[in-house]
Amino acid sequence: MGKIYELRLYVAGKTAKSVIALENLSRICEEHLKGKYSIEVIDLLEKPQLAEGDQILAIPTLVKKVPEPVRKIIGDLSNVERVLIGLDIRPKTDS
Amino acid sequence: MAKTNKKPEMSHAGSISKTLTGISGLDEITVGGLPSGRPTLICGEAGSGKTLFSIEFIVKGALYYNEPGVFMAFEEKAEELKANVASLGFDLEKLEAGKKIRLDYVHIDRSEIEETGEYDLEGLFIRLGYAIDSIGAKRVVLDTIENLFSGLSNEGILRAEIRRLFQFLKSKGVTAIITGERGEKSLTRQGLEEYVSDCVILLDHRIINQISTRRLRIVKYRGSVHGTNEYPFLIDDEGISVLPVTSLELNKEVSSERVSSGIPALDKMLSNGGFYRGSSILVSGTAGTGKTSVAASFVDTVCNGKEKCMYFAFEESPKQIVRNMGSIGLNLQKHVDKGYLEFYASRPTLYGLEMHLVAIHKAIKRFKPAAIVLDPITNLITIGSVSEVKTMLVRLIDFLQAEQITVMFTALTMNNIVNEQTDEGVSSLVDAWVMIRDIEGNGERNRGMYIMKSRGMKHSNQVREFIITDNGLDLVEVYLSEEGVLTGSAREAKLLMEQTGEVIHQQAVSRKDRELIRRRKVLEAKIDSLRSEFESAEEELNKVYVEEAIKKQVMGETLSRMTSLREAGFAHVVKKEKKKK
Repeated sequence: MGKIYELRLYVAGKTAKSVIALENLSRICEEHLKGKYSIEVIDLLEKPQLAEGDQILAIPTLVKKVPEPVRKIIGDLSNVERVLIGLDIRPKTDS
Repeated sequence: MAKTNKKPEMSHAGSISKTLTGISGLDEITVGGLPSGRPTLICGEAGSGKTLFSIEFIVKGALYYNEPGVFMAFEEKAEELKANVASLGFDLEKLEAGKKIRLDYVHIDRSEIEETGEYDLEGLFIRLGYAIDSIGAKRVVLDTIENLFSGLSNEGILRAEIRRLFQFLKSKGVTAIITGERGEKSLTRQGLEEYVSDCVILLDHRIINQISTRRLRIVKYRGSVHGTNEYPFLIDDEGISVLPVTSLELNKEVSSERVSSGIPALDKMLSNGGFYRGSSILVSGTAGTGKTSVAASFVDTVCNGKEKCMYFAFEESPKQIVRNMGSIGLNLQKHVDKGYLEFYASRPTLYGLEMHLVAIHKAIKRFKPAAIVLDPITNLITIGSVSEVKTMLVRLIDFLQAEQITVMFTALTMNNIVNEQTDEGVSSLVDAWVMIRDIEGNGERNRGMYIMKSRGMKHSNQVREFIITDNGLDLVEVYLSEEGVLTGSAREAKLLMEQTGEVIHQQAVSRKDRELIRRRKVLEAKIDSLRSEFESAEEELNKVYVEEAIKKQVMGETLSRMTSLREAGFAHVVKKEKKKK
C-alpha cells in the first residue's frame, strides 16, 4: 500500500482522554502504517472554528481524510481492532 | 406585532423573566413568551411544525428583538433549511450575512463513525459555544438533538452529555428551544423531557375526516401561569399563527349605536334603526331564499357608509357573488375597487375548522373591518360536527365582540331535524336572528321574512313578504285575510279584488246619497207648501180680527157722536167759554 494516510486528531485541551488517544494513535500508526502517515493534532479550545468544517461532535475524534472514504473514529482509540477497521486497514468483519 | 428593539424581558409574572417569541399568538398564551435563559422543549410528530416553530423563534428574535440566534440543525442541511423557509419570506441568507443568525448543520452519519472507547461531546459544545460567541447569540435552537442517538451508540455517554449540554446552555444564558420527536409513550422518543424541566410545548397534527388540524398545547411551564387548552395554529405564507382560545369572559364593551341592515323596511322592523354595532346576526333560510342577497345588501350599506367590510365566502367565489349581486342592483365591485370590501373565499374542506378560525382571525386582524359576513356557516358543518361548529362560532363571536365588529352569518336550513338543531344551536349565540321562509301556495313559492329575535330592542312580530327586485330587496306587508296569510300573486289578487269591491261600494254609496238628496228635496218642497198654507190660514184669521176691531172702533165712534149730539147746546157753550179764555 503506497497510500499516505492523512490523519487529524481533534482534541479539546490536554485532557486524560486526549492524551491516551494520541498515545494510542501513535502506537497503532507505528505498528501498521510506518512511514505512510501524517498526524495533525487540532486543539479546538484554540481553534474552535475548525469544529464545523470536519463535523466534529465528539472528543477525541480522529478523522481520516485520505485515503477515501472519509472516516471518523471517535473515542480514546483504546479499541485497536475497531481503530484498524475505521482506518480501513482491516476489513470490517461485522456488518 | 412588536416593533424593533422592544425589550424582550417584558413580562415578569412572578420571578420568571420571559422572552417574547414574536410568534403570533404564542406570547399571549404563555403570558409573555418562553422562559429567558432556559431551554424549552418543543415536541411533536414528524411534520407537526417543530422546525418551523423554532426557526421562526430565531428569525423573529433577530428581526424584532435584536437578539441574534444560533440554529443548530441535526436534520436538515443549512441550504435545505434556507430553501424551506424562504417560502415564508424569511431571508436567512441576509440575516446570516448581517451576523444576526447563524446556521450550523451538524452532520451525523453512523457509517462514517467508528466508536473506539471513551469520548465526550466536547466538540459539539465547543462548536455551539463558538457559534454563540461569534454573533453574541441570545437564542439557540437545537433541531433535533435526538438525531445524536441515531449516530452514536453509547447511550450512557449521550445521556450524560445531553444533561451537561442543558447545563451548558443555561450557563451561557441563552433562551433555547430543543425539539424532539414524539415517542410512543413519552413526549419524546429519547425522553428529553426529563432534562428540560422548565417549559414543554407539544405540537400536534391531527387528521379528522381527512382534514388536518394543527394544535399546540403547553404541557408545562414551571413558575408561570399559562393557557392550558389546545390551541389551534396555522402555518401559512407568513409563518405560524397560534389562535389564543378566547378567554370567554363576558365583559365585553357594548355599543348602542345602530347599523343599518341595508333593507330600509327591515330596519323599520327593528325598532326603526337596524342592528346594534358589534352584534351578531344570523340570517337563516332554506335554499334559494336570498340569504346571500340579504348579506350583500348589508355589505353594500356598510361600504356606502365608508366603512370596511369583509366577506368570507365559503360557497361561491367572489366573482360569482359580485356578478350575481349585480342582478339585483348591488354593485359590490365598486366597493372592492375602493378598498372598502374584501372577499375571503375558501373551500370549507381546505382545512379544519380551527384552521379556518385562525385564518379568519388573521384576515380580520390585517384588514380591520367594521363588519364581516360569513356566508354560509352551514357549509362548515361539512368539516365538523354541529358542536364543533358551535364552539368555533362562540370563539369567533367572542373575538368579534371584543373588536366591536358586526357580523352577519347566513345559515342554510333544510327541512330535516339535524339542521334545525344547527339553527337552534347557533341561534342562542347570536343577538339577532332573521329568518326567511318559503311560503308555498297557489302553485307558487314566495318568501316570508320575520325576525325571530333581536336582543335589546323592540322588533316587529310581523311576517313580511320579502321580495327581490332589480333594484335591491324590499319587504312588503303580507295580506292577512280570513283565508290566512297571503303572499305573492295571491296577495296581489286579493288586493285587486279589494280594489274592485271598493269601486262597487263607492258606486253604491253615491247612489244612496243621491236618493237621500232627492228625498230631502221632496220633503223640503212639502214643508214649503205647508208653510204657505199655514200663512194663508193665519192671514184669514188675522182678517177676522181686524174687521172685528174696525167694527168695534166704528161703533164706538158712532156711539160717542150720538151722545154728543144729545147734549149739543151745553157742549157748545163750554166750547165757547174755553175759546174766550
